[in-house]
Amino acid sequence: MQNTNPAAASTVKSGSDITLPDVKGHFGPYGGRFVAETLMGPLEELTQAYEHYLKDPEFLSELNYELKHYVGRPSPLYHAKRWSEMLGGAQIYLKREDLNHTGAHKVNNTVGQALLARRMGKTRIIAETGAGQHGVASATVAARLGLECVVYMGSEDIKRQSTNVFRMKLLGATVVPVEAGSKTLKDALNEAMRDWVTNVDNTFYIIGTVAGPHPYPAMVRDFQAVIGREAREQCLDMTGRLPDALVACVGGGSNAIGLFHPFIKDKTVEMYGVEAGGEGIETGHHAAPLTAGSPGVLHGNRTYLMEDEDGQIIETHSISAGLDYPGVGPEHAWLKDIGRAQYVAINDDEALAAFHTLTRIEGIMPALESSHALAYTEKLAPKMSREKIILVNLSGRGDKDIQTVAALKGITL
Amino acid sequence: MGRITECFEALKAANHKALIPFITAGDPSPEVTLPLLHTLVENGADIIELGVPFSDPMADGPVIQRSTERALKHNIGLHNVLDIVSEFRKTNKKTPIILMGYLNPVEIMGYGKFAKQASAAGVDGILVVDMPPEESDELQSELKQYGIDQVFLLAPTTSDKRLAEICSKASGFLYYVSLKGVTGSNQLNIEEVAGKIAHIRNLTGLPVGVGFGIKDASSAKSVSAFSDAVIVGSSLVNLIADLADKTDRMITEAGKFIAQLRMAIDAPH
Repeated sequence: MQNTNPAAASTVKSGSDITLPDVKGHFGPYGGRFVAETLMGPLEELTQAYEHYLKDPEFLSELNYELKHYVGRPSPLYHAKRWSEMLGGAQIYLKREDLNHTGAHKVNNTVGQALLARRMGKTRIIAETGAGQHGVASATVAARLGLECVVYMGSEDIKRQSTNVFRMKLLGATVVPVEAGSKTLKDALNEAMRDWVTNVDNTFYIIGTVAGPHPYPAMVRDFQAVIGREAREQCLDMTGRLPDALVACVGGGSNAIGLFHPFIKDKTVEMYGVEAGGEGIETGHHAAPLTAGSPGVLHGNRTYLMEDEDGQIIETHSISAGLDYPGVGPEHAWLKDIGRAQYVAINDDEALAAFHTLTRIEGIMPALESSHALAYTEKLAPKMSREKIILVNLSGRGDKDIQTVAALKGITL
Repeated sequence: MGRITECFEALKAANHKALIPFITAGDPSPEVTLPLLHTLVENGADIIELGVPFSDPMADGPVIQRSTERALKHNIGLHNVLDIVSEFRKTNKKTPIILMGYLNPVEIMGYGKFAKQASAAGVDGILVVDMPPEESDELQSELKQYGIDQVFLLAPTTSDKRLAEICSKASGFLYYVSLKGVTGSNQLNIEEVAGKIAHIRNLTGLPVGVGFGIKDASSAKSVSAFSDAVIVGSSLVNLIADLADKTDRMITEAGKFIAQLRMAIDAPH
């Protein structure tokens, strides 16, 4: 390696070695652009702007400045020694995205898209949110750049995540409750799309995950790949070698693809995406389309979905609002089919147990989303020898979840 | 020649414009759809757009969203919609039926199976809202084998380059979305739409219909002055929703509403 300085890895460079998607946004049979005609022109305009600015040194320097001074990058790579010792197997390193400004990886992407919005002359940004982390990250950068911000959120999620709702309002955003369908993330996405098609002249839609019509899956990945670039160099720097396995939770899949992507060509590095198994795959109450779903078309792209035999999208279940989504980014669908990444599911109770373990053993309170990745790591680590390295994306902090955890214990805060 | 093209040619020869109402299949209940279809035809509908319920109708406003939810309470899926069309065809061999909906139900049935079954049921065209021409080659080749037209949308945001590409792939007619927004919006600018339609006519010989934002006899009349077809959805669906628990009256009122539009469109301009 010519450069093992983590600070260098946290900068976004142009002309990366991305070969997929193709020009129409396809990852093999997945991805694409399945939207109503009104959005085809705006998506083409966005694609051109994104491709242009990702090669523009001035834009990249602005983005890198914000990532360093506003977000606080690079985020540390932390050797969880006590936890590794407890599990008695592989050494576990946590990529601390929970330490970013706003407390999760979501801000890497919102900073990028909001700067792009400003370059495109858009004065209003809209976003969908599930757990509220992407909504908070969008409202935050909107405040930072002086842009109007409207966040769509399912009314069920609003009940589950009242702290984040208040946080968004404090930041000056308008939070619109969505009462349609299952009243969760997928319905918030539908409503944001409807807003965008109506206000397309002045509005930029910041999608929070690696799903949606092209160019979103590629663009969000490129903004999140800073996670994997940093982690790769930090791991080499701290241990002199690459990790043996990567583990990340997968809802839409943005933190996972952000970690995985810079390692795709490192064939010795295994990748595990952890979906929400809810009450158990066998109960049908889960949010694990890669584990137990089938391919279909939703929200502008072809990917694995939770659907019935009529092609209707079915309601999902997860303890974590951020994973409660019936689809998944098309690049994950592709990585699954070609066998480059493996996708597994962790149930609610397993995730909850891992939440408590990490909090007590390492003094780090993880988000319930990230706890799914931690719970799988607890299964994986003991099977590996002590010289092996598992690198886990700790995608967000758990402060937002303490009410959920308290309620499960029958405690009212 | 398919029923859609036959229909437009006959109307053109008579110097008439097409009236195309939209209803969601199975809304408010499955047994109402067939009598509603016949009433729409008896009162002047030339072509019918029959909505296929989908759980995530991303391009629809609240009125059509709720109609979809009512239909889904009865678990109305694509195969039920095809059954309804088969029933309709037993007594009506003439009025073209276009299915309108989202891709996933068709995707799950399979393109080949869908084309075959839709053709057998008597479907004449399909408009897949979230399937632009760029993604439609595979479906289109299946549809062509069975003579089913694929109707595409044109929008105010469609560039001239795309316009030409879409015109080259479309058959039956073109559906111009009169405004930026979802179904049921209320911001129709007649002059602007007239200008766009004139421009589209320079690029294609296909009939051009206009939908979105047409609420009543007056807007239907204005739009029919410069288009080949007037498409009315949310106002009709609203009327159906209001009378959901009074089936007989709902069917009568839906018929009256279509008759009013018919009269307005046919009156001398």
